[in-house]
Amino acid sequence: MVRLVNGIFNRLVIAIPFGWLLIFFLVPFIIVMRISLSTTAIAMPPYTPVFDIAGGWEGIKDFLSQLSFDNFLYLTQDSLYLKAYISSVTIAFFSTLLTLLVGYPIAYAMAQAPRTIRPTLLMLVILPFWTSFLIRVYAWIAILKPEGFLNQILLYLGLIHEPLIILNTNVAVYIGIVYSYLPFMVLPLYSALEKLDGTLIEAAEDLGCTRFQAFWKVTFPLSLPGVVAGFLLVFIPATGEFVIPDLLGGSETLMIGKTLWAEFFSNRDWPVSSAVAIVLLLVLVIPIALFQNAQAKAQGE
Amino acid sequence: MNRWTPFNKVSITFGFAFLYLPILLLIVYSFNESKLVTVWGGFSTKWYASLLENEALKDAAWVTARVAFTSATIATVLGTLAALALTRYTKFRGRFLFSGMIFAPLVMPDVITGLSLLLFFVAVNLDRGIVTVILAHITFSMCYVAVVVQSRLLSFDRSIEEAAMDLGATPVRTFLQVTLPVIAPAVVSGWMLAFTLSLDDLVISSFASGPGATTLPMKIYSQVRLGVTPEINAVSTILVTIVTIGVITASIITKRREVQRQRDEQAAFAQG
Repeated sequence: MVRLVNGIFNRLVIAIPFGWLLIFFLVPFIIVMRISLSTTAIAMPPYTPVFDIAGGWEGIKDFLSQLSFDNFLYLTQDSLYLKAYISSVTIAFFSTLLTLLVGYPIAYAMAQAPRTIRPTLLMLVILPFWTSFLIRVYAWIAILKPEGFLNQILLYLGLIHEPLIILNTNVAVYIGIVYSYLPFMVLPLYSALEKLDGTLIEAAEDLGCTRFQAFWKVTFPLSLPGVVAGFLLVFIPATGEFVIPDLLGGSETLMIGKTLWAEFFSNRDWPVSSAVAIVLLLVLVIPIALFQNAQAKAQGE
Repeated sequence: MNRWTPFNKVSITFGFAFLYLPILLLIVYSFNESKLVTVWGGFSTKWYASLLENEALKDAAWVTARVAFTSATIATVLGTLAALALTRYTKFRGRFLFSGMIFAPLVMPDVITGLSLLLFFVAVNLDRGIVTVILAHITFSMCYVAVVVQSRLLSFDRSIEEAAMDLGATPVRTFLQVTLPVIAPAVVSGWMLAFTLSLDDLVISSFASGPGATTLPMKIYSQVRLGVTPEINAVSTILVTIVTIGVITASIITKRREVQRQRDEQAAFAQG
């Protein structure tokens, strides 16, 4: 009896979360894939064919024969989509690189800080991560506006004579991404740098390395797992980002998250937005696989 | 070996200034008399007073509170189970798929998650509203809980569990009386993470929700699109304050527990 109860307990521990994710994560993806092969229709739901199990085997064959790759062809024909994909990846890549450049010195300094203040510093990095993303992006509107704080300061200092136009440009999008995702970069970098054995650097310096050489040849290579994790944690979500390009970007800002949103909410074209999502997923599949791999490795340690 | 050099101090100072100045400005200007968000017109709390009269905003706040509380609680249970499954059962059919489904939502762009969940709800004929928002939030936040709890379980000394089992405790009892108390801080911080993720989410909620289930971020977003107003600064300040108090309290509690635990251990060793 006891053994039976234990067996059931063990099974449930796996089955409950597994079942939940299958239903609410995997099945929805299959549905997206299936709708991306459908045609828009003025109906509810707004696409055909609609799968009807009552049709039996014939019904299934009929259903399958109506599926088509037209939506994907459409995406290749309209250059807007291709441009949006390319510019999303470019913006995400360069802003992730910038985040790394900004985040590395912070993480490095945190790892070098006296042990007693490290937990406080760590908490100060985590705190913005807990604060609303939307609010943090919103805060930048007031800073970057033509009559905003940044321009006020620069004008006051006499560095510029007329306000810089930053809000609603790609520059604002870069700033927004670096700002919003900075904690995601700093945390994995810090945990990699904190584990670093300081005697290695001492050894390098004793053997005649300059400080910079010691950093570049010892510290940096050893922090690479953190660099990779941070890069992926920022790059993947930034590619599909919606809030930042929508609030800080302008009409020149083409990003796929925005395109998908508009396709869905403004054009109400479900099949095309599904196709946009599937292609985005294909673009991100390699980085996501790398991320999974890194996580699995970290788990193994 | 510490090298707390001036360069490091400067990096930290600039880094934290960059992280905190925008939020600080937002808070300061929520107390601005003037309607213009970037011109200081004197101290005033009138925007907070006007929040109290904004029924739509209050409704949205209430929806958000219910969604965040419910989804965080269920996500914590599911996420803790998932963490147990990942760390305790290294071999079961579909483990690869399972761990993939835990880690993928952490980086999945919100627009994809939102769209797929919406299409799912339509396909199964579930009316969109507060329930669908809760289901959506549980799904992505349980993965975060799983990761937080899992990292605690990995450093967990399993011999005390084995001892409990050897002494005749069932796995259920072992879990409730031995494992859970040890991982409790991680479970609590998992809950808080799930709660704030839910409080924060705009994109997934926008897809999953229907009429009558406007959350606070959705409301804020639609107002921000119309322009920057001190009222949004005020509501943002309240949200930031709640989260800050929550996070600081949680970290103090965890620290106290840690200190207490170390003391207990030392005392136990001293007696033994």
